[in-house]
Amino acid sequence: MKTNYNYPDKNGKFGQYGGRFVPETLLPALYELDQCYQEIKNDSSFISEYEKLQKEYNGRPTPLTFADRLTEHFGTAKIYLKREDLCHTGAHKLNNAIGQILIAKRLGKKRIIAETGAGQHGVAVATVCAKFGLQCIVYMGETDIMRQKPNVFRMQLLGSEVRPVNSGSKTLKDATNEAIRDWVTNVKDTHYIIGSVVGPHPYPMIVRDFQSIIGIETKEQIMKAEGRLPDDIIACVGGGSNAIGIFYPFINDEKVNLIGVEAEGLGIETGKHCATLSVGEPGIFHGMKTYLLQNSDGQVEEVHSISAGLDYPGVGPEHSLLKDISRVKYFSIKDDEALKGVDLLTRLEGILPALESAHAIAFLKKLMPEKNKNEIVIVNVSGRGDKDLATIINHLG
Amino acid sequence: MSFIKNYIEGINNNARKVLSIFLTAGFPNKNNFVDLAKRVFDSGADMIELGIPFSDPLADGPIIQASSKIALDNGIKLKDVFSFSEAITSGTDKPVILMGYANPIRKYGIENFFRDANSCGVKGLIIPDVPLEEYDFFFESSTHSIDVILLTTPASSKERIKAIDEKSSGFVYCVSITGTTGVKENFSDEVISNISRTRSLIKKNKMLIGFGVSKPEDVKTFSPYCDGVIVGSAVIKSLLNNDNYDTTLRLISQLSQACE
Repeated sequence: MKTNYNYPDKNGKFGQYGGRFVPETLLPALYELDQCYQEIKNDSSFISEYEKLQKEYNGRPTPLTFADRLTEHFGTAKIYLKREDLCHTGAHKLNNAIGQILIAKRLGKKRIIAETGAGQHGVAVATVCAKFGLQCIVYMGETDIMRQKPNVFRMQLLGSEVRPVNSGSKTLKDATNEAIRDWVTNVKDTHYIIGSVVGPHPYPMIVRDFQSIIGIETKEQIMKAEGRLPDDIIACVGGGSNAIGIFYPFINDEKVNLIGVEAEGLGIETGKHCATLSVGEPGIFHGMKTYLLQNSDGQVEEVHSISAGLDYPGVGPEHSLLKDISRVKYFSIKDDEALKGVDLLTRLEGILPALESAHAIAFLKKLMPEKNKNEIVIVNVSGRGDKDLATIINHLG
Repeated sequence: MSFIKNYIEGINNNARKVLSIFLTAGFPNKNNFVDLAKRVFDSGADMIELGIPFSDPLADGPIIQASSKIALDNGIKLKDVFSFSEAITSGTDKPVILMGYANPIRKYGIENFFRDANSCGVKGLIIPDVPLEEYDFFFESSTHSIDVILLTTPASSKERIKAIDEKSSGFVYCVSITGTTGVKENFSDEVISNISRTRSLIKKNKMLIGFGVSKPEDVKTFSPYCDGVIVGSAVIKSLLNNDNYDTTLRLISQLSQACE
């Protein structure tokens, strides 16, 4: 089907999506970043430094675990788990932070900024900044600071400054606005490490490339374990970086069903959700054209999810394209279903997933009854749930 | 020829720089906004740049963000911005231009937007998040009867400034500093040399300077290098801090005197 899938194009577009919708001040920096990335991505010294860090610092490759009790529970297809929860710092976010800190080093930038929602990306960036001795400032919404306290403390312990953002909904979208404003102001000496496959070109491409290590490993591991490709791959989608990471190396394998799971919060009908691809429509936001939750005047909606990492009104532009060409199917899972997903995986497999990843786990309940015993399903466990214990105790305790 | 370019030239010919005042549409109040804008003209503003409020104004600093939030809370929509424009421009030759982010305009429909802007007497449009690269993609093939104004910044290369001048009509908006909108205490020599460089590259259009311009002294500082100035945050800040408009209007008349 998509053997000619080759995005973004030279204008940074994924079909009609993506692009560079940012103030003029940032354009030269985006070109500089793109040029630097084109130079290093095939540079053997960069690749060997990147691979060494992924192996010896991040702990890659992460395992692909056969979930025998979960498989037994549903009684249909075999279920495997891609264990990004075992990455250093507890989620897939470090895959990207490692790549981007090496870029910052090449660009000679001394000051690093980042935005964070759940705090996982913030912790990943704070970690590489500690490792490389660079100044780090993380923007975080006040609402998220309240619900992700342990990660705030971790970032501070790592030597980063966490700047509270109190505009708008005080969550990820507002933290991103503030990080972009900082970058516009300090672009000369500052590199902005975006945490997901969002923002202006070349970010969605760079973050995707660094995260596709997940899918590359998964493919090798499932071939080794089963001698064939899986039938389905499930991943949660907020901005969409763990999903693109595991999907991308399978895009041309048209027989593999790719399933993205968004956060439905309290339900679509309540308006308190962030199911961008399910009910949003194309718009322009955070430097990109992409599906967006917006009102009839084009104002961006305030969204809700129990999971701070999925609480975002936009989505990576490549997901918008993958939806339109039907290469990935997108569904949504509510807060209470995600909590049941936490419970299920923890009790049956002894793995406490992040609330984000629990959305992908929860989707098994919908998918598995349609499967048969000869099939193979892989779920990307994008992160571990230690950071969410307070929220989980509140609801399940 | 562009109405705005002609208009700026006419004022410059009388040995005066143009003073453009930024107001957030429907801020601080919806009910007497038209009255405020008319008094801004009466106090010596030559042009009004009307901000379309947006939920996520990423080129703006805290002052304009706050005004945008208040305008949205006041229920301001694009149709209100158009009716304000129509009322403000009735009975005067002084122009109103609009400043707005891409998404509300895209949502309204590009063709609809230009049609209604034109019929309400709007003369120009600035979209800070549609740079050169996205211009053709964003505007598609729509023909527009009002000027579209692009921005240059200290980060823009010589080639970019030339291309921006080529693509713009009316005037080019020269951003004085790298950063968001706001009030600045003073400007470095580097800022001045950047502005003077930009000025020398702009051939087709007039050039107005904005971002950080807040005091009559700033107007004097920039006057030799431009055809006019844009003052936003200082005016919005004054409106945020004062219940009656007299202090704000006095500031505008002082700025206007500095343009002579």
